[in-house]
Amino acid sequence: MNGAIKAKHQRLVLVIVALVALIGAGLLAAWALRNQASYFYLPAQIASAPPEPGRAVRLGGMVEAGSLKKEADGITLSFVVGDDKARVPVRFAGIAPDLFKEGSGVVAEGRMGPDGTFVADNLLAKHDEKYVPREMKDMTEAQARQTVEETR
Amino acid sequence: MIANFGLAALWLAAALATLQLVAGGLSLRRETPALAGLVRPVAIAQGLLAAVAFAALIVLFWQTDLSVKLVATNSHSAKPLLYKIAGAWGNHEGSMLLWVTIMGLAGGFVALVERRLPEPTMLATLAAQAFVSIGFYAFLLMASNPFERLDPPVAEGQGLNPLLQDPGLAFHPPTLYIGYVGLSIAFSFAVGALITREVSPAFARAMRPWVLGAWIFLTLGITAGSYWAYYELGWGGWWFWDPVENASLMPWLAATALLHSVSVLASRNALRAWTVMLGVVAFSMSMVGTFLVRSGILTSVHAFAVDPTRGSFILALLAIYIGGALLLFALRAATVTEGQRFAVTSREGALVFNNVMLSATLGIVLIGTLYPLLAEAMGSKVSVGPPYFNPMGAVFVLPMLAVMAVGPLLRWRRDAMARIGKRLIVPGVLALTAFGVMVALGTGLLPALGLTLAAGLLVATLLPLAGRRLRTVTLPLWGMVLAHFGVAVSLFGMAADSAFTQERLVAARVGEIASVGPWQVRLQSIMPVAGPNWTALEGTLAASYGDDGTPAILRTQSRSFWAPVQQTNESALHTRWNGQLYAVLGEEAEGGRWQLRLWWKPFVTLIWLGGLLIGLGGLLALLGRVASDLRRLVAIDKIAYRRERQGR
Repeated sequence: MNGAIKAKHQRLVLVIVALVALIGAGLLAAWALRNQASYFYLPAQIASAPPEPGRAVRLGGMVEAGSLKKEADGITLSFVVGDDKARVPVRFAGIAPDLFKEGSGVVAEGRMGPDGTFVADNLLAKHDEKYVPREMKDMTEAQARQTVEETR
Repeated sequence: MIANFGLAALWLAAALATLQLVAGGLSLRRETPALAGLVRPVAIAQGLLAAVAFAALIVLFWQTDLSVKLVATNSHSAKPLLYKIAGAWGNHEGSMLLWVTIMGLAGGFVALVERRLPEPTMLATLAAQAFVSIGFYAFLLMASNPFERLDPPVAEGQGLNPLLQDPGLAFHPPTLYIGYVGLSIAFSFAVGALITREVSPAFARAMRPWVLGAWIFLTLGITAGSYWAYYELGWGGWWFWDPVENASLMPWLAATALLHSVSVLASRNALRAWTVMLGVVAFSMSMVGTFLVRSGILTSVHAFAVDPTRGSFILALLAIYIGGALLLFALRAATVTEGQRFAVTSREGALVFNNVMLSATLGIVLIGTLYPLLAEAMGSKVSVGPPYFNPMGAVFVLPMLAVMAVGPLLRWRRDAMARIGKRLIVPGVLALTAFGVMVALGTGLLPALGLTLAAGLLVATLLPLAGRRLRTVTLPLWGMVLAHFGVAVSLFGMAADSAFTQERLVAARVGEIASVGPWQVRLQSIMPVAGPNWTALEGTLAASYGDDGTPAILRTQSRSFWAPVQQTNESALHTRWNGQLYAVLGEEAEGGRWQLRLWWKPFVTLIWLGGLLIGLGGLLALLGRVASDLRRLVAIDKIAYRRERQGR
C-alpha cells in the first residue's frame, strides 16, 4: 500500500475516504443515539410504559409536598416525584443541590430499580433564578398551578 | 455620560466596519488605490473603537453605575472589585461586546502586521472580517445593547450569579473568546483566498500563526474551564458533555484539524481545498457554539438570558455567514488546483488520517449536541450524555492517537513502516504491559485502552527528539513534541481518573473518621464564617494519607450568598503528586451529623497539566514561526537595501 494508488486519482480517493469516515460517523451516531441516549421520562410515562430496570434514564417532575424524608444513615433521601397523573417514588444517596426542595421541580438522573423505585445518581434542580434545567422549563405552568393550590 | 460615550464608540465602530467592507469590496472589483489604502487604517481604528466601548463598560461596572440596566441587573455595590470588573463580561450583553471587541482587535492586528500575502487577498480578507463583524455589531446594537439606561436609576443592583463569583471568571471567558473569535481570522483568510483564488503555501504560511494563536487560547480556555467546573460545581467530574462544553470543544477539534492540514499545505503544497474548507468550518463551529450558548435554546450557567428574538437573530447570522462561505467554497473549490501527491505511508498520510478522525469526532459531538434540540422541536424529550459521547468519541479518537505515535516519525511524501518499526519497540512493550496490568485489575474497557495508549505515547511522542542534538532542535519541533506529549499526559490522567477514582458519602459527627482510598479523613469542626457578600458554614477536615505523619487540613464551605440569595458548595482540594483528595460539605443530617462527600482521584491533575503542556507546545511553535518570519523579513529588507545602494 505505498504509492499504489494511481496518482491521477489521489484527490478522488481522499474525498471518498473523508466522505466514508464522515458518513460512517453519522450512521454510528444515529445508531448510538437510538440505543444509548438516556431518555427523558415524565411520571405519567413511567406509569404507563416503564423503562426496563437498569437502563439509564432521566425523570422530571415536581417533588411532592410532604414526601421528602431523610433516612437514618443521614445521606439517603427518599421522595415522590409526581405530575398531575402519576407518582414515582425516588431514592437518592448524596448531597442534594441547593435549591432542591418540596414543591419545586427536579430532574433525576438514574434508573428504575426492580421494586418500582427510581434510584437516582444525580439530581438537577434550579441552580438559581436564571438557570433552570432545560427539561424543567415547561414545568413552570404546572408549578404555578401547584403554588396556587397550596396557597388556597 | 460614560454609557453614552461607549454607545457612540460602538456605533462608530460599526460604521467603520461597513466602510471597511465597502472599500475592500470595491477596490477588489476595480483598482482604486485611494479606497484600497483606506482598508487597513480603518480596520485598525474599528478595532480600537470597539475596545474603547468595552473599556467604557468595564468602567461602568467598576463604578457600579446603577443607571445602566446591565449593571443594575448583574452587579451589586457590595461585590468584591475583581468580580465587579469581571462581571462586565459575566452576562449576555457584556460577553457579546467582548466578542466583537476581540474580533475588531484581531482584524486590526492582522491589518497592522500581515504583509506576506498579495494585497488583493489581504483586501478580500479584511473585507470578509468586516462583513462578519457587521453582523455582530448589528446584533449588539439592535438586540443586546449593553449601554441601555434605566430612568430613574435603581437603588441597588441584583448581583452576579454566585457560581460565577470566582477568580476563574476573570480569565476563563476572555481566554476562550480570544480562541473562539481568533478563528474568525482563519475564516476570513479562507474566504479571501477563495475570492482571489490564491490558495498557496504562502497563504498557508501566513494563516498558520493566526490559527496557532487562536488554538493556543482555545486550548487554555477549555483546560481552565474544565478545572473551574471541576472544583466549583462540587460534583467531582471534570467534563460533563454539557452542550456548552461541547460548544467549545467543537471549534477546538476543527482548529486542531486545521492546524495539522495547514502545515501540510505550507510544507508540501497538498490538501489545498481541504485546508480552506477547515478554515471555514472552524469559525463556523465558533458561531454555532455562540448560537447554542447565547440564543437561550439551552439553559445552563452560561446561558444568561432567554430571549427568543436573540436566538433568531443569531440563527440568521449563522445562516448568512456559514451558508455564504460554504456556497463560495462550493463554487470555487473546483478551481483550486490539486496539490502535490503523496503515498499512504507518509507524513501527509498520517496527517490526513488525523484530519479525517478529528472531523468524524467533530461530527459525533455535533450530532450528539444538536440531537436533543431537534428531538425537542419534534415534540419528544431526549437527553444525550456520557453513555453516547464516551464510546462514540473513543471509536475515532483512540485510533487517531495510535497514529499520532507514528506520524511524526514518518518522512514526507513516501516512507516505509519497516524503517521506523524498531523505534516503536519500547513504546509498544510499555503499552502492552499497561494493558496487561489493566486487564488484571479488571477495569472497564475504555479506561484500559486509554491507559494502554497513554503509556505507549508517553515514550513514542518523545521519539522525534531521539538521536538529535537537542540544541539544534527547532522551536516548532519542540512545540510539536511537547504538545503531543501533553496529549499523552492528559489521556493518562483521564484514564486513571475514570479507572481508579474512589468515592465515599458519609454522615459524620465532629470527631468521626471516614476513609476513602488510602485516606483517613477526620471531621474536626464545623464553624460559621463570613465573607464580603456571603456567610458560610465551614467544615475543617484533617486528612492523613496512609501512615504519613502530619495530616493535611482541608476547609470546605457551604456558602449562602444574599445578593442574589443562593447557596453554593465550595469544595476543598488537597493535591499530592499522585492525585487529589476532593471534599464537599453537604447539609446537616439528624443527630448532629454532617453530610460529607469525599473522592480520591488518582492522577486527575494530569488532565489539566496535559492541557497546559499542549498550550505551551503551541506557544513554542508560534514563537518559532514568528521568529523565522521576522528573520526572513529582515533578510529581504537587507537585500533590497543592498540592491538600492548598488543601483546608485
